[in-house]
Amino acid sequence: MADQDIALMAHLLRRAGFGASLEEIQACAAKGYDAVVEELLNPEKQPALDDDLLMRYHPAYVQAAGIETNVQEWVYRLINNPRQLQEKMALFWHMIFCAGHSKLDHGKEMGVMIGLFREHGMGSFHDLLMVLSTSPQMMYYLDNTESHATAINENYGRELLELFSMGAGKDNEINYTEDDVKACARAFTGWNVAPSYPVFPYGRSIWQFRYDPADHDDSEKTFLGQTGRWNGEDILDIICKQPATARFISRHMYNFFVADEVPVPSWRLTPPKDPKAIAILEKAYFDSGYEIKAMLQALFNSDFFKDPSVRFARVKSPAEMVIGLMRQVGEHRNEIKPGLNEIAQEPKYMGMDLMNPPTVEGWHTGPEWIDSGTLVERVNFAAEYLGKTDLPGVRAMIERVIPKGERLAPEEFVSRCIEVVGNTNIADSTREALVAHVTKGGDIRLSGAADPTNFTRRCGEMFQMIAATAEFQFC
Amino acid sequence: MASSNKDNVLAILSLSGGNDGLSTIVPYTDGLYRDYRPTLGVPAEQVIPLNKDLGLHPTMAPLKSFWDEGKLAIFVGVGYPKPSYSHFRSMDIWHTCEPEKVGTEGWLGRAIEEIDPKHDNVLTGVNFGRGLPRALAKPGVPVASVGALETYGLLAGIEGKDQRAQALEVFAKMYGPTIGTGYTMDYIHSTGTYALKGADILATAPGKYKSTIEYTKSAVGQYMRNIVQTYLAGFGTRVLYTTSPYNGFDTHANQAALHPMLWTDVSANVKSFFDDLREHKASDNVLLFMFSEFGRRIIDNGSGTDHGAAGVAFAIGEKVKGGIYGTYPSLNPSDQEEGGNLRFSTDFRSIYVTMLDDWLGLNSAPILGGTFEKMRYL
Repeated sequence: MADQDIALMAHLLRRAGFGASLEEIQACAAKGYDAVVEELLNPEKQPALDDDLLMRYHPAYVQAAGIETNVQEWVYRLINNPRQLQEKMALFWHMIFCAGHSKLDHGKEMGVMIGLFREHGMGSFHDLLMVLSTSPQMMYYLDNTESHATAINENYGRELLELFSMGAGKDNEINYTEDDVKACARAFTGWNVAPSYPVFPYGRSIWQFRYDPADHDDSEKTFLGQTGRWNGEDILDIICKQPATARFISRHMYNFFVADEVPVPSWRLTPPKDPKAIAILEKAYFDSGYEIKAMLQALFNSDFFKDPSVRFARVKSPAEMVIGLMRQVGEHRNEIKPGLNEIAQEPKYMGMDLMNPPTVEGWHTGPEWIDSGTLVERVNFAAEYLGKTDLPGVRAMIERVIPKGERLAPEEFVSRCIEVVGNTNIADSTREALVAHVTKGGDIRLSGAADPTNFTRRCGEMFQMIAATAEFQFC
Repeated sequence: MASSNKDNVLAILSLSGGNDGLSTIVPYTDGLYRDYRPTLGVPAEQVIPLNKDLGLHPTMAPLKSFWDEGKLAIFVGVGYPKPSYSHFRSMDIWHTCEPEKVGTEGWLGRAIEEIDPKHDNVLTGVNFGRGLPRALAKPGVPVASVGALETYGLLAGIEGKDQRAQALEVFAKMYGPTIGTGYTMDYIHSTGTYALKGADILATAPGKYKSTIEYTKSAVGQYMRNIVQTYLAGFGTRVLYTTSPYNGFDTHANQAALHPMLWTDVSANVKSFFDDLREHKASDNVLLFMFSEFGRRIIDNGSGTDHGAAGVAFAIGEKVKGGIYGTYPSLNPSDQEEGGNLRFSTDFRSIYVTMLDDWLGLNSAPILGGTFEKMRYL
């Protein structure tokens, strides 16, 4: 298999999923790029995660109230769901449609919300906005439960426009006015959460959405220049037709799947990094009638995605860092064992508290994932796991470094290690520092040495150093 | 590194989420306040009066002692022209001092650059919390960001002292300066280099610290204590920053319960902060500043308050001239900002001018991108 095919497949699997082990990347490359894209885009035709097994080992996941338990369940799915794009899209929408545990205060509600994104994340954007607007979690998180026909609360109305669909502006123009925000908020009055069943005797029940016509402001409203007695769904119809919406979702997709963009608040004034790519995604949005899957198909099959210049052009999010490492080294994969809870907390230490974004505006991505605090966390965590030479993924990597002959010169050893870790973006200066370090310890010998574990140890040490590089921060 | 605890130091506590100024510095004798806040108004008899018009929220009693000593400056009607009602954007404006366009550099990042242009001390600025606030961000300027002071360190998991030392040596080489590899890569390289230098120094701070003062177990309490520990360790740190839990002050709903809880915690820890410094006879050179990205809507929504415009801010310190600064915004409908909000009268940058010029001894104009009237509270 050509190295180029492997490198492209590794890129696809890092972006459309959370990476893979060396064997998996090779197996996928053998299937061919187009076939793998089709598999990713059609999760329903792929094997599903074994829920029965999961629930047998973790009955506590059912109706778990604690947020840690819910994050843990999601992290298990992120690592193990064979339908990787489905999980990646759940993360994508979680990073845009931000609700957070700090306010919801019952862990399962966030678990339910992620489940909605998993189920509907690749469908129509209109349906997705409907799912969002009828999700009791979001109605509560953005205080639509406090918005009444007689006294509106603008929170959801505003964020639906600014953060969930259109964005504040594009091409130097603003996308909507303060009056549009008010009209939008009025249209969503009455979209509420049903009163809960008593907790006794079966425990807390999951929130249900309820539309209350008596609390809905049914009067005439003018929204984005159109006047009518709009209800929430009418507003969503109008929003979906806007070029601003196509632009906003396309830029988010580009930022998430292709290359780091400038932060969202700059999008009004700063044009897209690759306007042609955005135009392709916008066209797919309208041609398909707002189908997210059609946009993803256009994206993964595009030249701009396959171009080597966008490989390693994104700073890994903490979720990508942690989940990617687990998949690469083969830890917590299809195996239910203790220690998952600690792993599930790691993204938080790197600045990404899953199910609890810092604000409704979500996390700042790209270089903003990195500061001297989070870099220390990332380096320490990655070095720890790539240095665990007894893990199956790491063992397989070591097997591939083993030379044909007795000895391996430092340059060759470093090259092989970099290749198996997969960071083809390692700069020459970094490589030189690694080679200098190996040279100090002399040539690498496979056998005949007094210490047969020496080779394994030196591989693990080299993987750790690669994990500590600046290049390893990218995906 | 010189222990230079005689240099003035700026500590900042950012109250994230938009603190309700009207419930913090209460215009308790204003009839309009009662009209607009039928549910959430703080009853006049509970307010801690500062003068005949304004009083502190009852949970802020610990801060009253600073007022009585004449060491608490309260800024009212603080904001900027054309207010933004977005948390993210408004906080960005406070951080970057750029209300018109989106800025990437923080005002404190620029100040740190001025204090230490050659980056001799990677700990000139230290943030406590996860993620660096934009106020402290300026490409190339080292600012340590510490999630947990007790366990801070690089490649801490590598076993064996020699192995770790060697690994750190390679790390230093790999993160050496880069040429022409782009902003993000340059940024990560310099971040790595500074992290390496800073970690070893910072790790010694908790061990040097002894105190009888207690803080609460909240994030604010822990980080206020970390600020004192770092300052007392004498690393030459000049700017220390922390943020209350993200968006905690965003009291759209259930404000009657939440807001008092937030201020009980903040007030107790600010009191501990100064008690601790005073116990170590180290309070003279510390100025504490507290702000929030905006205030809240004048009229309450029945359970909470929505995003508003002008808010309140605080400066506390031994050298502070206590008092109310600025004009409290009028609640009169004809005086309000569009949308039923308080109109600002004091530009937040006027408060920054004093900290930069008179406290840190810098030239504020280039840092703030213009000249602003100086509030004379020092």
